[in-house]
Amino acid sequence: MASLRDIKRKIRVVKNIAQITQAMKMVAAAKLRRVQERVQKGKPYANTMAELVGTLAPSVKDFSHPLLTVRPVQSVMVVVISADKGLAGAYNSNLLRLAHRFVDSQIAQHGAANVRIVSLGRKANEYFAKRGYALTETFPAIGPDTPYDTIRAVSNTLTGQFSVGQVDEVYICYTEFVSALVQRPETVKFLPIEPPAAEEGDQKGGRSDFIFEPKIEELLGVLLPRYVETRVYQLLMEATASEYGARMTAMSAATKNAGEQIDNLTLIANRTRQAGITKDLLDIIGGSEALKG
Amino acid sequence: MATFTLSVVTPEREIFSAPVESIQAPGMEGSFGVLANHAPMVAALQPGLVRITDADGRELRLFVGGGFFQVSNNTAQLLADSAEFASDINAERAKQAEERALNRLAGKFEGEVLQRERATSALQRARARSRVAAGR
Repeated sequence: MASLRDIKRKIRVVKNIAQITQAMKMVAAAKLRRVQERVQKGKPYANTMAELVGTLAPSVKDFSHPLLTVRPVQSVMVVVISADKGLAGAYNSNLLRLAHRFVDSQIAQHGAANVRIVSLGRKANEYFAKRGYALTETFPAIGPDTPYDTIRAVSNTLTGQFSVGQVDEVYICYTEFVSALVQRPETVKFLPIEPPAAEEGDQKGGRSDFIFEPKIEELLGVLLPRYVETRVYQLLMEATASEYGARMTAMSAATKNAGEQIDNLTLIANRTRQAGITKDLLDIIGGSEALKG
Repeated sequence: MATFTLSVVTPEREIFSAPVESIQAPGMEGSFGVLANHAPMVAALQPGLVRITDADGRELRLFVGGGFFQVSNNTAQLLADSAEFASDINAERAKQAEERALNRLAGKFEGEVLQRERATSALQRARARSRVAAGR
């Protein structure tokens, strides 16, 4: 049986761990809130943009744009959005398992040379590099304070390779944010984009009474890349929110477990202490009895 | 004077939302002005100066790095790629950014058409921004 000193040391260690996990939980909660605020602030832009594309696109017949082109699929790009750090419960492993399976199914269809993998976050990068997959491009993970320009660069990578025809489809593996407690890994087809459906009310009148400057076709041409950007931004922010949600849950569970362990260890420590006292007493009594005799 | 509602939003936040008298914006096919009761319009913008006259007749100047402008039923939205009030731009730093963009464009691109295009538009943005900062 462990000595009292060992048990006490163990209690101290677990207490320290609990303190750290508690702090990490608070940090994750604060960051989650910041991400959500950021999403909220970006809503007006994203909504107006989607509305604009949704009402303009249907009013142009036979509109073609590099980002809308559906080609026979010979090569695909898979973008995997993970975190830089672990300690977020099953966040990374769930996502990477899904991404891995998806990448393998794509490779089976198109051959390893025709599947490009782009990773965001150190975890995805390490996961695929370790298993011998070639990564076309890697980015660090996105956080609540990542400037919009960085996100634009990510978006440009996807749209750039797609519009010059290097890849015929782009998929994104990310984690959908259902709530702070529930996150669901998902794969979505990202390019070629499908313009958002116009709302019923707008459809009737159309936008034929609008003045367009430049022509509606050109206007859509500059609008679409921006629209894609906002979609990338949304997905990235959602993945980030999921990451911090998962980390918060994981750390809160860890703190709770540490508390339980402290309770158990304290119980053992008290028992050991008591057993020690009892033994000492027996020794003394035994000794004094022997002296009497 | 009659006013209409204008909001200026960037992907990150809404930077302005209030009734205004007029707005002048750098359209892709030339600068244009909008007053209240303007016909419905959608326009693409290039990097440059936006002048807003607010309901009290004060003029606000801001830089937009390209974007879109939409107006209908006396409600206008300016979707800017990036936007800053002229008073918030550090003229010195804007000048430096312009020089950096110029240097980058002077570098080699080895057939990377896309990158070259990007560097060119970065320079255009930086130029327009430092012009706005300098008050021209």
